[in-house]
Amino acid sequence: MTATFLILAAITIAGTVAAMAMRNLVHCVLALTLGFAGLAALYLQLGAQFVGLTQVLVYVGAVAILAVFVIMMTQKPAQTTESIFSSFWLTGSLIAALVFAVLGWAIYSSRLTSAIVSPHVEAAVRPIGDALMHRFVLPLEIMGLLLTAALIGAVVVAIQEKRGSA
Amino acid sequence: MHSAIQQADQIFVALQHRVAGYLPVKFQSIADVILSVIAIVLVFAFLFAVTTVLERKGLGRIQNRYGPNRVGPAGFFQPLADGVKSLTKEDLVPRAADQAVHFMAPVLLVIAAFLAYAVLPVGRNMVLADLNAGVLFFFAVGTLVELAVFMAGWSSRNKYSLLGAMRAIAQMISYEVPLVLASIVVIMAAGSLSTVSIVNMQTGYSGIWPHWFVLTPWGFAGFNLFMIAATAESNRSPFDLPEGESEIIAGYYIEYSGFKFALFFLGEYLGMFATSGLAITLFLGGWAAPFSFLTWIPSYLWFFAKLLLMIAIFIWIRGTLPRLRMDQLMNFAWQFMLPMTLINVFAAGVWHFMPGGVIRWLVCAVLLIVPAVLLSRGLKQGKKFEARTYRFAE
Repeated sequence: MTATFLILAAITIAGTVAAMAMRNLVHCVLALTLGFAGLAALYLQLGAQFVGLTQVLVYVGAVAILAVFVIMMTQKPAQTTESIFSSFWLTGSLIAALVFAVLGWAIYSSRLTSAIVSPHVEAAVRPIGDALMHRFVLPLEIMGLLLTAALIGAVVVAIQEKRGSA
Repeated sequence: MHSAIQQADQIFVALQHRVAGYLPVKFQSIADVILSVIAIVLVFAFLFAVTTVLERKGLGRIQNRYGPNRVGPAGFFQPLADGVKSLTKEDLVPRAADQAVHFMAPVLLVIAAFLAYAVLPVGRNMVLADLNAGVLFFFAVGTLVELAVFMAGWSSRNKYSLLGAMRAIAQMISYEVPLVLASIVVIMAAGSLSTVSIVNMQTGYSGIWPHWFVLTPWGFAGFNLFMIAATAESNRSPFDLPEGESEIIAGYYIEYSGFKFALFFLGEYLGMFATSGLAITLFLGGWAAPFSFLTWIPSYLWFFAKLLLMIAIFIWIRGTLPRLRMDQLMNFAWQFMLPMTLINVFAAGVWHFMPGGVIRWLVCAVLLIVPAVLLSRGLKQGKKFEARTYRFAE
C-alpha cells in the first residue's frame, strides 16, 4: 500500500460518503463525481489507462451531467429538511453488509488473487481492443444494438410528449 | 540531419535535462516533469495574452475600426493593462450564491484546460506525457470543462447563468459526439491512441509532399468536421450561444468579476488552443514540416506556426459569421455532423482495404461528397430562404 493509493482511496471514500451525507442534492452529485474521479485515478495507478480514462469520460462526463440534469428538471432547488437517515436504515445496512460479505468471499476464494501479475502498461489498450474485436465481438454488437434501440426509444418518447402538449 | 540543425531542434529538451541535471539523481525525473509543466503554463498563458490582442485587432480590422491602440506600440501591451485591471477589480460574489462551488468552478475549468496539454507533442521529443491512450486522455479531461461550466452556472443563482450553462452543456455534449467520431478515422489509420505515434506516422515524405492525414479524402473531411465540432466545443462564434450577450447577457459567467472572470476567459482560450493543437496533431502532421526541404526549421516552430494559423482562422470566422439559433445548432449537430462523421469512418475503412492508387482516391471522394451533397439538399427541403423583413427596425 503506497502513499498514492492511500490518498486516492481516501478521496474516493470521502467523495462517496459526502454524496450520501450532504443535504443539497447538487452538492451530492458533485461529491459523487469526486468519488468517480478518485476511482478513475485508482485505475490509472494500477496501470489500466483505458479503463481509468473511460471511467472519467463516462462517469464524470456523462453520468454526473445526466444526474445533474435529472435533479434540476425534477426537483425544486430547496434543501431537504428531513433526516439523512431513512426509516429503514437498519435493513439497508444489513443488506449492504451481506452483499459485501458475499463479494468479499467470492474474491477472496477465487484463484485470481493468488496469481496477480502487474499488468504490462504497453499492453493495456491493445489487448482490450483485440478482445472486443475478436473474441467478444458478438456481445459487443448486441450491446451496440441494445443501446441504439434505447436511443431510438428515447427519441420516440420525446417526440410523443411534444405532440401531446402541442 | 546536420548536427547544428539537430541542436536547434532539441535546444529546449537539452536545456530541460541540463537544468534537471544540477539536482540529485533522485529528484531528476520529477524536476523534468515540473520544468515541462512550467514551460507549458508560461508559453500558453503568453499565447493567450498575444491572442487576445490579435483577436481584438483582427476583429477591429474586419469590422472597419482600429481596435486597441493606446497601450505600448500599436496597442500590443493591452493584455498587461487588462491583467492589472482584472487583478485590482473587486471580486463580487452574489449573496445567494453557493460560495464554495462558485469559487471552485473557474479553478476546475483552468485546471481541466491545462491538463489537456499534457499529451500534445509541441515538438520532436517535446511532450509531457506520452500516454498510450493519449487521445482518450484529451477527451476525458475535456469532459471536466462541462462540469466546471455547470458548477459556474448553477452556483451563481442567476436565471441567465443557469440558462447559459444549460445551453453550453447541451451544445458541448452534442458536439462531443462528432468531435470524437471525426478523430476516430485517424486512430483507425494510425492504429494507436498515442499522440506521439500518430505524429510519427505523418513525418515521412513522398517527394516533397508530406504524409499528413489531411491530404487523404477521409482526412480532409475529418479535419473539416473536427474543426466545426471544435468551434462548437470551445463555444466560439458562430456557436457562441452559451454567451449570447444580446439574449442571456454573458451566460454562465455573468456573476463573475475581476480575476475569476479572467480565469474563465483564460480557460476558454486555452480550450481553443488545445483543440486546435489536437487537430494539428491528428491531421496536420503535428510538428512535421509541410515540405521535405523545410525540415531544417525546428519542429516546435512548425507546431506554433500551425497553431497561430488555426487561431487566425478562428478569429476570421468569428468576425465573419453570425450566431446560430439553438434549433439550428442542434439540427446541424445531429442531422449533418453525426451522419457525415459516421460515413467518414466508413470511408476510412474502405481506404484501408483498397489497393493504393487513383481509384482509391476517387471511390473515397465519391463516398464522402455524394452523401454531403444529398444531406445538405435534404436538410434544405421545406425551408424557405428569402430576404428577411424586420417589422420594427425599418
